[in-house]
Amino acid sequence: MADQVHFELVSPERLLFSANVSEIVIPGTEGDFAVLPGHSNLISTIRPGVIHVMEGTQITDRIFVEGGFAEVNDKGCTVLAERAQKVDEIDRRLAEQALSDAREDVEDAKNDLDRNAAQNAVAIAEARLHALEGSVY
Amino acid sequence: MPSLKDLKVRINSTKNTQKITSAMKMVSAAKLRRAQEQAEAARPYAERMEKVLGALAASMAGKDNAPALLGGTGRNQVHLVVVMTSDRGLCGAFNSSITRQARKTARDLRAAGKTVKILTVGRKAKDQMKREFAEQIVASFEEIARPRITFETAEKIAIQIRNMFAAGEFDVCTVVYNKFKSAIAQIVTVQQLIPFANAVANENNAGPAALYEYEPSEEAILTDLLPRNISMQVYRALLENSASEHGARMTAMDNATRNAGDMINKLTINYNRTRQANITKELIEIISGAEAV
Repeated sequence: MADQVHFELVSPERLLFSANVSEIVIPGTEGDFAVLPGHSNLISTIRPGVIHVMEGTQITDRIFVEGGFAEVNDKGCTVLAERAQKVDEIDRRLAEQALSDAREDVEDAKNDLDRNAAQNAVAIAEARLHALEGSVY
Repeated sequence: MPSLKDLKVRINSTKNTQKITSAMKMVSAAKLRRAQEQAEAARPYAERMEKVLGALAASMAGKDNAPALLGGTGRNQVHLVVVMTSDRGLCGAFNSSITRQARKTARDLRAAGKTVKILTVGRKAKDQMKREFAEQIVASFEEIARPRITFETAEKIAIQIRNMFAAGEFDVCTVVYNKFKSAIAQIVTVQQLIPFANAVANENNAGPAALYEYEPSEEAILTDLLPRNISMQVYRALLENSASEHGARMTAMDNATRNAGDMINKLTINYNRTRQANITKELIEIISGAEAV
């Protein structure tokens, strides 16, 4: 259909989401962008954040991704993400735990490699908690 | 000439073995199906990744500022060979065919004057490689397939490889594993992981590349994508390997069950002959005894 765009969310382990929707808002590295039908071809990396799937003006799904990349072409929009979970399924306690663990790792890191990895983990954990705070859309 | 009792014991023990092998075959068949499903599920991701990466790599291939994971370090001296096998035996020639190929690769490299480092995945790889290359093994992973192979485990291995590469510990990385073709045929595959060798090959099958906007730059995306691709390739190799392992074990156990059946038949014939011979002997004794009276 002309007013719908095919959206797929793929993880290495399985196809997580596949449906025709009217709009998707994706947290790109350089800022959020919305994909509507007829969007120009685009490849973008994704920062840790929430993908909003919209039906009309209604948000139907909020999916947290830890990063990945998105490809938009005339056939639809595909997001490749290593790890994704629905925002409703995030466990606040686990998320807070992950954040404090990651912060400790940053403190304990002995070399740049470890520190970078730990800082990434902090960013992911912060974004996950932020996702729980509610939607801006 | 074995006694009747000996034969009976042997027949029974062979029957027990047959029960075990046929149960193992059944288990492997179920596991093979699951492994195949998992490999199937990983395909969409891998295909899309490959397509995007192929297009990107083709456009970056000629440039000097290509990331090291794509273009290599410019040297070709230290080779890391990743050997992937299973943790368990009883699967025919599965493990030995992988390690044979790995040893050959390592020997060839050494003969060419290169430094070889080995990373093993799976207990069998470590056991079989350490006989000849004990000093070259730099890291090993075991028990990764339990309860099942996840992307996390693949990522752990990939991170180790990437960190070693970032630290300049090797220049070229190849993976040796079994590609799954069917339950009876597995192909030992040697695949180059770093630098990303498929770049040029993919250029052809990418077709007329659609024009994309890149956000951020092509180069930044590529830098982000290549490490992910390594994880993905490792994950894929692990899945292929696990499907191959279960396929190989299924075939091996099928053969074993059939052999046990043949053996039981032979032993049973032997048993019956001996039994009849005994009866005949006893009859002769009775008759000749009666005649003597």
